[in-house]
Amino acid sequence: MHPLVMSEVIKVPTMAEYMGLGKVPEVLFWVGCAGSFDDRAKKITKAFVRILNKAGVDFAVLGTEESCTGDPAKRAGNEFLFQMQAVTNIEVLNGYEIKKIVTTCPHCFNTLKNEYPSLGGKYEVIHHTQLLRSLLDEGRLTIEGGKFKGKRITFHDPCYLGRANNVYEAPRELIRKLDAELVEMKSCRSRGLCCGAGGAQMFKEPEKGDMDVNVKRTEQALETAPEIIAAGCPFCNTMMTDGVKAKEKENSIAVMDVAELIAAAEDL
Amino acid sequence: MGFISQILFAVVLIAGIGYFVRNINKLRRNIKLGKPVDRSDNKAERWRNMALIALGQKKMVVRPIPGLLHIIVYVGFIIINIEVLEIVIDGLFGTHRVLSFLGGFYDFLIGSFEILALLVIVSVTIFWIRRNVIRLKRFWNPEMKGWPKNDANYILYFEAVLMLLFLTMNAADHQLQQAGAAHYAQAGAFPVSGMISSVFGGLDVASLIAVERMAWWFHIIGILIFLNYLYFSKHLHILLAFPNTWYAKLTPKGQFDNLEAVTKEVMLMMDPDADPFAAPEETEGEEEPGKFGASDIFDLNRVQLLNAYTCTECGRCTSECPANQTGKKLSPRKIMMDTRDRIEEVGKNIDANGGKFADDGKQLLDGYISREELWACTTCNACVEACPVSIDPLSIILEMRRYLVMEESAAPNELNVMMGNIENNAAPWPFNQMDRLNWKEEIETT
Ligand code: SF4
Ligand code: SF4
Repeated sequence: MHPLVMSEVIKVPTMAEYMGLGKVPEVLFWVGCAGSFDDRAKKITKAFVRILNKAGVDFAVLGTEESCTGDPAKRAGNEFLFQMQAVTNIEVLNGYEIKKIVTTCPHCFNTLKNEYPSLGGKYEVIHHTQLLRSLLDEGRLTIEGGKFKGKRITFHDPCYLGRANNVYEAPRELIRKLDAELVEMKSCRSRGLCCGAGGAQMFKEPEKGDMDVNVKRTEQALETAPEIIAAGCPFCNTMMTDGVKAKEKENSIAVMDVAELIAAAEDL
Repeated sequence: MGFISQILFAVVLIAGIGYFVRNINKLRRNIKLGKPVDRSDNKAERWRNMALIALGQKKMVVRPIPGLLHIIVYVGFIIINIEVLEIVIDGLFGTHRVLSFLGGFYDFLIGSFEILALLVIVSVTIFWIRRNVIRLKRFWNPEMKGWPKNDANYILYFEAVLMLLFLTMNAADHQLQQAGAAHYAQAGAFPVSGMISSVFGGLDVASLIAVERMAWWFHIIGILIFLNYLYFSKHLHILLAFPNTWYAKLTPKGQFDNLEAVTKEVMLMMDPDADPFAAPEETEGEEEPGKFGASDIFDLNRVQLLNAYTCTECGRCTSECPANQTGKKLSPRKIMMDTRDRIEEVGKNIDANGGKFADDGKQLLDGYISREELWACTTCNACVEACPVSIDPLSIILEMRRYLVMEESAAPNELNVMMGNIENNAAPWPFNQMDRLNWKEEIETT
């Protein structure tokens, strides 16, 4: 979009800049490795930042001071590497006296929320769908349903958001707010089927089997005849996008993060 | 005659209970082969979980048909065992239906036992059909060959036979009461056995007494055998579901424990005041530093070993497992069954070697659980969520991965690349940390 037609100015302040100004943000946006480097996931990052700007949320990012939370290392069994990462990150976070963190990645969310406290990192950690929902509740953000009205959208529960942390409703409420028709897969919520990426599987070839997990999950999604498969995790997003391609449906079915849905609804 | 049978009964009872106690002690010893773990926090929540999940069968109703049938068998079995109390008193003191002084309430009890017994027989029959005729997939995975398959069927036969004996005993008793036989006073209501008691209609009193006594003896002996069969069976869950749900993890499912031994070393490494060249502290008298992760049952904790003994082999975990559903070798049920088999092997080894474990050159890793299985897990927690008795197969998988990575450096190569990237660039991909914020330029406007 041309800067001149933008009504608002989009800024991504870093914690270092805030510190220089003697300011403390309302919330730290933990971007995560996928959100920082992966081309597809970067779109989610940007969509979320546009919403934060629009809602006037005072946030900052760590930028180059952010490191991998250590999640894939821990799930692979490398507790040393995980704790090294955790302790490094905690030092940075505590140095900035961070109180509240929002993240677009359920893996970062789970690790920061559950596994950092006993290593000295105690923060209030929320997933971006939770933040968006509270912005709506507080009236800081409004959603016009127009664009997605009546569209069939199915939500894929990320394991590390759903089963791992019992967050099932926030993303669904947001989708309903779009006046979309939320359709559920046969395994959903606490019985949702994994996309196949967790436990460091994202970084390796699967073991020998009959099919790939993401294809299986995509088949379940396709059974609901959706126009959009909504996700809340950059890794799920990749897996489902690949699954849709494997089923040659990429021209009729989009895979989008909940933040992208909302940004699109608001023409952000 | 009466006196002899009382003595005989006492002997049978003591032998049955004695052997059971011996088994329980062995079970305790074997579980204690694992590492101690502190789960004494949040007692109120633990009691509540036990009441809801073990007693209340909360997780069973997720699948309504087997859930309902299971509740019938469970309730039926527990309640009918109140009858055992009467049998024991009668057996020891030579009385007959000693509780019949309860009058109308006694009639109500016996009547409801009979109805439950019939329902149990019906449910058990449906279970048998689901397993052997409909052949539900989760009962036919590779790990269900041989003993596990037979074990499941034996239990169904056992339950049906016990219930039939109970009804036969009542039917004969009913006939005897009607014939006005001495010792057989009018007592109890027989809504079910009353309907079949006519098959004994032509028998004389002596034959009826023989039938009644035989059913009575087989019933109580059957129960004692069942009690002692538990230790060798997946049916141990009727006892262990209670402690198992009590000790289950309470923290969010996504939270994996942080290894304390690692924390100590990491803190030391990160401490700017620590002298990297200092000689390691003398640790005389202390045990050698423990190994990281688990390659055998001794490295697992006691709750994990209790989990293994509690597993009902129902396969709910495996049927929800994404790896298993897509044809990978991994089956969380097999992880639990393998762990139990290995504990038993170690237990027998200890028995055979005068109370001490003699190294048998085997271990859980590779001997039972292959690396291929371990690396197929997505850590999705579907198995943990599905388990009706709060077993955590994922925690064992993770513990064994820890061993592979930290003790053997035996991760799949792609994972080594990923971990190398995290070490060098602070991201699982080979990107430069300084490029982390490049997306900022792509979005910022002025
Ligand atoms: S956590 Fe692992 S073993 Fe359990 S269901 Fe998921 S993939 Fe299967
Ligand atoms: S671990 Fe639980 S769900 Fe899996 S077979 Fe055993 S009892 Fe069933």
